[in-house]
Amino acid sequence: MKYATVKKFENVCEIINKHGRDSANLIGILHDIQEEYRYLPKEIMTFTATMLGIAPARVYGVATFYSHFALEPKGKYVIKVCDGTACHVKKSTDLINAIEKRLGLSNENKTTSDMMFTLEAVSCLGACGLAPAMVVNDEVHGLLTPETAVEIIEAIIEREKTS
Amino acid sequence: MNKVKLEGIRDGYNKRFDCIDKRIIICAGTGCVANGAMGIYDEFIRQLDKAGINVIVELDKEEEGTLVSKSGCQGFCQMGPLVTIIPGKTMYTKVRVSDVSEIIETSILKDGTVERLIYRNIETGEGCPSVDDIPFYKKQSRTVLKNCGLMDPSDIDEYIARGGYFAAEKAVASMSSEEICKVVKESGLRGRGGGGFPTGTKWELAMKENSADKYIICNGDEGDPGAFMDRSIMEGNPHSVIEGMLIAARAVGANAGYVYVRMEYPLAVARMKAAVRKAEEYGIIGEGAFEDRIDFKITVMEGAGAFVCGEETALIASIEGKRGMPSPKPPYPSTYGLFGKPTVINNVETLATIPIVLGNGAGEFMNTGTERSRGTKTFALTGHVRNTGLIEVPFGTTLREIIVDIAGGVVDNDGNPCGVDFKAVQIGGPSGGCLTKEHLDLPLDYESLKSVGAMVGSGGLVVMNQQTCMVGIARFFMKFTQNESCGKCIVCREGTKQMLALLDDITEGRADETTIPLLSELAGVVKVGSLCGLGKSAPNPVLSSLEFFKDEYIEHVENKRCPTGSCKALARYMIIEEKCKGCGLCARKCPVDAITGEKGMAYRIDADKCIKCGACIEACRLSAVAMG
Amino acid sequence: MNMKKRIYIDNIETTVNDERNLLEVIRAAGIDIPTFCYHSEISIYGACRLCMVEVEGKGLVPSCSTIPEDGMRVRTNTAEIRKMRKMIVELTLASHDMSCPTCAKSADCKLQDLARRMGVDEVRFKKRTPKKPIDRASESLVRDPNKCVLCGDCVRVCDEVQGIGAIDFAFRGSESTVTPCFGKNLDKVECVYCGQCVRVCPTGAILPKSHISEVWEAINDPELTVVAQLAPAVRVAIGESFGLEPGTNSTGQIVAALRKMGFDRVYDTSFAADLTIMEETNEFLGRIENGNKMPMFTSCCPGWVKFAEQYYPEYLDNISTCASPQQMFGSLCKKTYQRSGASSAEKLRVVSIMPCTAKKFEAARPEFTKEYGRDVDYVLTTRELALMIEESGLRFPSLAPDSFDMPFGFKTGGGVIFGSSGGVTEAVLRYAVEKVTGETNFGYVFESVRGNKGIKSAIVDLSGNKLRFGIVMGLGNARKLMESIKSGEEHYDFVEVMACPGGCVGGGGQPVPENMETTVRRSRGLYENDRMLQLHKSQENPYVSELYDKLLVSPNSHMAHELLHTSYKPRQRTEGDDVSILSGQADDRTEITFCFGTGCFVKGAQELLKETVDFIREADIADSFDIKATFCHENCSRGPVVDFDGEMIEKCTFEKIVSRMSAVRAGKE
Repeated sequence: MKYATVKKFENVCEIINKHGRDSANLIGILHDIQEEYRYLPKEIMTFTATMLGIAPARVYGVATFYSHFALEPKGKYVIKVCDGTACHVKKSTDLINAIEKRLGLSNENKTTSDMMFTLEAVSCLGACGLAPAMVVNDEVHGLLTPETAVEIIEAIIEREKTS
Repeated sequence: MNKVKLEGIRDGYNKRFDCIDKRIIICAGTGCVANGAMGIYDEFIRQLDKAGINVIVELDKEEEGTLVSKSGCQGFCQMGPLVTIIPGKTMYTKVRVSDVSEIIETSILKDGTVERLIYRNIETGEGCPSVDDIPFYKKQSRTVLKNCGLMDPSDIDEYIARGGYFAAEKAVASMSSEEICKVVKESGLRGRGGGGFPTGTKWELAMKENSADKYIICNGDEGDPGAFMDRSIMEGNPHSVIEGMLIAARAVGANAGYVYVRMEYPLAVARMKAAVRKAEEYGIIGEGAFEDRIDFKITVMEGAGAFVCGEETALIASIEGKRGMPSPKPPYPSTYGLFGKPTVINNVETLATIPIVLGNGAGEFMNTGTERSRGTKTFALTGHVRNTGLIEVPFGTTLREIIVDIAGGVVDNDGNPCGVDFKAVQIGGPSGGCLTKEHLDLPLDYESLKSVGAMVGSGGLVVMNQQTCMVGIARFFMKFTQNESCGKCIVCREGTKQMLALLDDITEGRADETTIPLLSELAGVVKVGSLCGLGKSAPNPVLSSLEFFKDEYIEHVENKRCPTGSCKALARYMIIEEKCKGCGLCARKCPVDAITGEKGMAYRIDADKCIKCGACIEACRLSAVAMG
Repeated sequence: MNMKKRIYIDNIETTVNDERNLLEVIRAAGIDIPTFCYHSEISIYGACRLCMVEVEGKGLVPSCSTIPEDGMRVRTNTAEIRKMRKMIVELTLASHDMSCPTCAKSADCKLQDLARRMGVDEVRFKKRTPKKPIDRASESLVRDPNKCVLCGDCVRVCDEVQGIGAIDFAFRGSESTVTPCFGKNLDKVECVYCGQCVRVCPTGAILPKSHISEVWEAINDPELTVVAQLAPAVRVAIGESFGLEPGTNSTGQIVAALRKMGFDRVYDTSFAADLTIMEETNEFLGRIENGNKMPMFTSCCPGWVKFAEQYYPEYLDNISTCASPQQMFGSLCKKTYQRSGASSAEKLRVVSIMPCTAKKFEAARPEFTKEYGRDVDYVLTTRELALMIEESGLRFPSLAPDSFDMPFGFKTGGGVIFGSSGGVTEAVLRYAVEKVTGETNFGYVFESVRGNKGIKSAIVDLSGNKLRFGIVMGLGNARKLMESIKSGEEHYDFVEVMACPGGCVGGGGQPVPENMETTVRRSRGLYENDRMLQLHKSQENPYVSELYDKLLVSPNSHMAHELLHTSYKPRQRTEGDDVSILSGQADDRTEITFCFGTGCFVKGAQELLKETVDFIREADIADSFDIKATFCHENCSRGPVVDFDGEMIEKCTFEKIVSRMSAVRAGKE
């Protein structure tokens, strides 16, 4: 645990170097940093700003503009329910409500208190033929109903209990 | 790399291909993968091996055996996982892991067909063993998508064997910039991303600029919800995009290019990156490509979740590491674009069409489509139709042909067929308008759609049945646009926010006689006053639905009622008399005492008191309470 | 031959000269197209959409980003345009904090003005934004996001003109807001309080912090003696708030007003400016003689000083140790409190009236707080004073002029031109020439250092010594200059830096100027004033000489240093930007902080950190240490720098760290 932080920090320096310490690559750099930390910590953003020679306010502006960047830590499993047109028309809202109910989440509170799950509605994953669809971390699930969606969540909870 | 080498690679591949007996193509587009295609792929390899067949995964030498390949999206998403057997192009639908051994037994070891997995024509009941027999495909004109689904996107040799990179070679080795621009202009190719701007003209403008550095950007930020054409091309035939970019680079005089892909498409990102690496390895792109005839380096960049970055100046800002906010035009990117240099931004499909336009397909391309909209267009057909998926049709195809012949007709919320009884077809995503049954025979092309207040857009086609609330749909699109608005210009930022609020008022019963006129007026201002295309087209769904479905709006406002029962806040809660046993449970749960009745007799809900909380529905064990 | 383009504006033919866009042509033709987000000296943004006009054949286009073409037919006020502008105002008002009667920007607000002009009498949209907190944390500026129209002018000025970027847009769409990084308040980030954002803001979203009530309270307190010092730049600008032309010298009326308001003494900061010249010029000549590191930088601009402390700490020794005239004055005044009629220094209040918002920050700096309190108790901006004059019911233009109190009200022209870019340098030269050559008959005007350019340079020959003077206005230009000095590309002996374009006349506390022309006219007013005065050279100020005789002894003396000089320290740009890398658990931990500034980084800070951590890991002593990474310096030539438990180790090596670690552990056993 102790040295994990050190490794992460070293990786940040690596990341910035890998991108040529060029501020035009800021988005790619933030992507990689978020991979490392699972979100974008403030001090790391300030560190990045100074290394790139740009104002921290600019980094903050970029980080808050794009939906993908998280300023708060996300859960271990990020559930993205697609609310694109095709999925919406096939009642994706019911999926969202069902999962919210199961995990005790809401529009304001998107992450479970045990940091296991984060629920987000996203616009269009491009799997429209399989509407309604959702992605859990990198796994795509399609042709869902509120029941099957919750089943997938239950399966993860079970798996986490035993491991 | 040069022509002789290309021919050598092509011949080498064909020779290797001739050695194999059969080929199994498993659709590995995002959709089928979600449905378990990878498991099927692994099972095939395992079972073939068990059956003692030489399994070839990468066709790199001449040997006998069965080639097993993963392809990009084949388009028939409703029917996936899809498996196609070559020769014969036999297509198996809804394949499961348990079907694999039977397929091998029947179609690989022998030359038969597994009847139960073949697509059956819904009307006639006839089986359609080959892809070409399936109505969904028959009526299409797969040109850009021709190879998607029938080739291995990671095999550059296969791409070359199918004619790939020959057009680029011709452009780089024996054509001048002016000649290339001329050919593209004459072809009539227009931008497929939605703008419909003549591609050749765009290239010519950048070509004329004097600058040592110029850029080609491939706009893969396909953010329209309900659209996945570009994704399929990037996943299924990434080299076609690279080839298009290379030809563009030659035409314009560019030395570097970017492929900007939405991060929500990780597979597309990976396939494009791999294809770029391979093309560089072969000396097709990079420094000193095609034997020092051109320098053209391509970088693949991931977006970070902002629909507005599909707008060209916002995209440029994003590549420059900034917030994706559009800039006023002029200056246009062809003069002052990425890093201040002349830049050409083209859509994925446009670029994938370029090799066809410059290659052998030029004549055919010119002869397809309509006078001012040449060629074909891919559409993502979704919604309440039997067959959803990815299609490609010539411009000028009518809505009827698409809905009936290709999609197999409209269905209701329970899947029952309704012929052509749809309410509206949303075309062009959140920037587009809707078409109604009166437009069934309208030829789909840029001009005719514009004349009815709609647009081709990027190609999203959502069919909505009679149970759809058009006000709800307008609100859905406005919510999307409002969420994705970058916030720079007052008109779009505040205008879409207030439009959404007004639509919320309508769908939640708070509207009055001023709401619709105010909404209309505001929509008009947002359309004209916004800085970029996102704002300018944000009111389209509202304006379009107001034109064709005014009555629905009025019903929501005056009678506080949603005719289709979709707007939950306006729903009437009713007790179904026949089902109600008079237990009184719902009345006890009602927080506002809106339910009255006598024990043993059907209870009644007072609509005026009801706050539509739904507690009664939850309480009732006999499903006697309904929403309508 | 270059034929000029001709366009038709509302059917009237107009010639296009060298205007950059259609908006400028239309305005030059006398039609005032409204805008929020257009300023000639920052980039074109295109966000407010108010400047739309109708161009035949093209429909409605934003005139700020349209290039005029020959033959264009433009209509500026059609029904559609009026409808759109009205709607834009309505939409803006719907998410605006409409507290106009209580807003300090009320008379000056572009939004209010536009609503009135457009005849917006109803806002048909509901307010849908929750109230955001107001940032009152800094000494100088107050940010109110509820009044922000997101025109981005402040962002672009801070970034493009000042080269700082302390504020920027964050979030997206209707959640968009202008904010310092991470939503912090201004006092925790790299803002230097120059107030240029205030100058360009169309509404009251960012305003100088008001100290009006504190000053009234002091004036009304019978126990206190309240004196005012008036900066030069104020006198040529305050008239604008009362309908006078920019550059009009209204010194007499200001003094009269201040007396009527109840100030016990009214003094002139220009007196202290003369004093500053004596100190600074001698310091400058002394540095040349001693072969100190050059150039010497001026120190009168607090925005510049904070800028240097943040970004160029390695040049802090180059900055003159002289305090600014405002602070010199305050210190002097409090020392000689009897002169002002006060019973003690504690009972004296010094109020300075400045064109500058950063001066509020400067007055609060700990270096300028002594046993009796602050040297300068309150700073009022020009606009605050104008408000107080109105509050007093005085009709400013018709006040009978009055004169300053002596001795601190006497000045030479050299002290007055401080308010203009190049003025400090010119005043220095007026003294330096005499000091070095002994000449007294030379002309006092030095044209070569005057003018409205961002970076000026002049070479002056002083008895065979060719000295190069650099004059910078705007911090973006200052950065350019600093980089050219660092790289060795340019060499200067003396550099004057003013944070504000135009110099102090363009400061953040001044009445909002129409355009840059206003600032130029104010400058001209100062040089006019200089011309009209009897004396022009600071060394000729008899009261300054008297001061040296009676109190200070001589320039740069011990007494002078005690009263009139100061020091600087490097600053972190964003508070709390240390990165904690390793946190031990033991009670008596040793803290090791590695500097990751550019200089240290290229000299191996990362490797040093890794080696140290590996060592700690192997020896399993992590609990006894807290390891941090920070940015202390930006390009330190002494790197890598490591702060080991309070001791700064320069040119640090792994061995140096290990030996100290062993010492710590040995000490514990």
